[in-house]
Amino acid sequence: MKVLVAVKRVIDYNVKIRVKPDHSDVDLTNVKMAMNPFCEIAVEEAVRLKEKGVASEVVAVTIGPKAAQEQLRTALALGADRAIHVETDDKVESLTAAKLLKRVVDDEQPGLTILGKQSIDTDNNQTGQMLAALAGMGQGTFASEVQVEGDEVQVTREIDGGLQTVALKLPAVITTDLRLNEPRYAKLPDIMKAKKKPIDVKSPDDMGVAVASSLSVLKVESPAERQGGTKVASVDELVDKLKNEAKVIA
Amino acid sequence: MSILVIAEHHNGQLAESTAHVVAAAQAIGGDIEILVAGESVAGVAESAAKLTGVSKVRVADDGVYAHQLAEPTAELIAGLADDYSHVLAAASTQGKNVMPRVAALKDVAALSEVIGVESPDTFLRPIYAGNAIATVQSSDALKVITVRTTAFDAVDATGSAEVESVNATVENTLSQFVSEELASSDRPELGSARVVVSGGRGMGNGENFKLLDGIADKLGAAIGASRAAVDAGFVPNDMQVGQTGKIVAPELYIAVGISGAIQHLAGMKDAKVIVAINKDEEAPIFQVADYGLVGDLFEVLPELESKL
Repeated sequence: MKVLVAVKRVIDYNVKIRVKPDHSDVDLTNVKMAMNPFCEIAVEEAVRLKEKGVASEVVAVTIGPKAAQEQLRTALALGADRAIHVETDDKVESLTAAKLLKRVVDDEQPGLTILGKQSIDTDNNQTGQMLAALAGMGQGTFASEVQVEGDEVQVTREIDGGLQTVALKLPAVITTDLRLNEPRYAKLPDIMKAKKKPIDVKSPDDMGVAVASSLSVLKVESPAERQGGTKVASVDELVDKLKNEAKVIA
Repeated sequence: MSILVIAEHHNGQLAESTAHVVAAAQAIGGDIEILVAGESVAGVAESAAKLTGVSKVRVADDGVYAHQLAEPTAELIAGLADDYSHVLAAASTQGKNVMPRVAALKDVAALSEVIGVESPDTFLRPIYAGNAIATVQSSDALKVITVRTTAFDAVDATGSAEVESVNATVENTLSQFVSEELASSDRPELGSARVVVSGGRGMGNGENFKLLDGIADKLGAAIGASRAAVDAGFVPNDMQVGQTGKIVAPELYIAVGISGAIQHLAGMKDAKVIVAINKDEEAPIFQVADYGLVGDLFEVLPELESKL
């Protein structure tokens, strides 16, 4: 079974973001970029499936500018066999990303497609579900455990208040949640080897998908700042303030 | 304009979140209807019909919608969506699972975690873990939206909408429910609790989270955790407060042994009053806390419990 894993280049999660002075967007100039953390979990899961003998080949795919090949090289260093780069400098919304991935799924015919549940830039949490809809597949979102058995996959999902397990007919789409696994670090020899693995570059035009969106961002602003910073000296003072000043406890 | 709100329900009970989503629908303006999809959901429909401002409740009661799996539920909603300008659901794990699938079936964009309504086609939503707020306009004829429920005050239950059944059954050959494991707790649900007490990496281990129990009991609070505490294996992920966990906005939030990473702050900064207890006086959590207490949590917590 082939496993397709989608990765996205995003701002590194440790970077404090700044809004551009003209409020058009977040300022990404000279900012450290990295693979989206949920995508790292997706790559790790795909590689583990291969190590367990469940997957025969792991193909990584990304959609984005030329620089996004760095993230594909990371995926290749972590154990993906080859990669596909859908190259575009345009901003790609979830639905367009799902349409492009659907084309890749049509070509590659993976048994499983694994994505992160959301990217930490737009925080949409949409692409996996949309891809599943377009491909007519079942979806196992927010996965904390994945088990392939015969022609189905059992996915344990993180839901509000607990866990839910569903069985999906293969092929299927899975999106990863935090507890699914702990991604490994790439070793130097693997990083060197990854440089020789093939990356197939395509354009959205070649694939017959228009990079258009019905959503327009009118402005981006910083959230209202909270005024904190008051310290209390003792538990007694804290309880007194909560009772008599903030009036949040009786 | 006509708005369809997808009811959230568990174990035959209408979830509180639905009343918040109806409030968001009122902010958009227009006729508001509710869809209740599930199995044996007459009671849920009855509760939904009481929500203020709702004109009609549509009920799809069928075994195929049991457990509200994404595949049949999205197909049902997509089949009804042409009657509406907006379809709204809570940005819960249920709403986030189903709504993007609905949007793709209708070939429209989806808007996630909406926190404000500027006009019927323009909405506010947080991006970058809540460190920026985007104002987004949609040109789609159908807007598919999930709503961050803490951003909208719940409507009352003073209404009496008509209830009608929807005779739309779909087939589901893609997915099957296997099992569910819900944490049983006498405590209020994290997302809707009036008071939340959360522990971080400073708690040291999972056993020490018991120190929060007594305080939570006295305050009727839910217990949460930071991502650091979850990643360290102290507590399960469903207790996580933060951008990658639950977003909470209680009246009182008590952060214990939590340093205040950006991603945690994104999940709780809309609390009315924030208390931070941490031995590191430089911890960033103190910059957002209304009341900060620098001290060893193992001494402070028992004292606080005894004085509440």
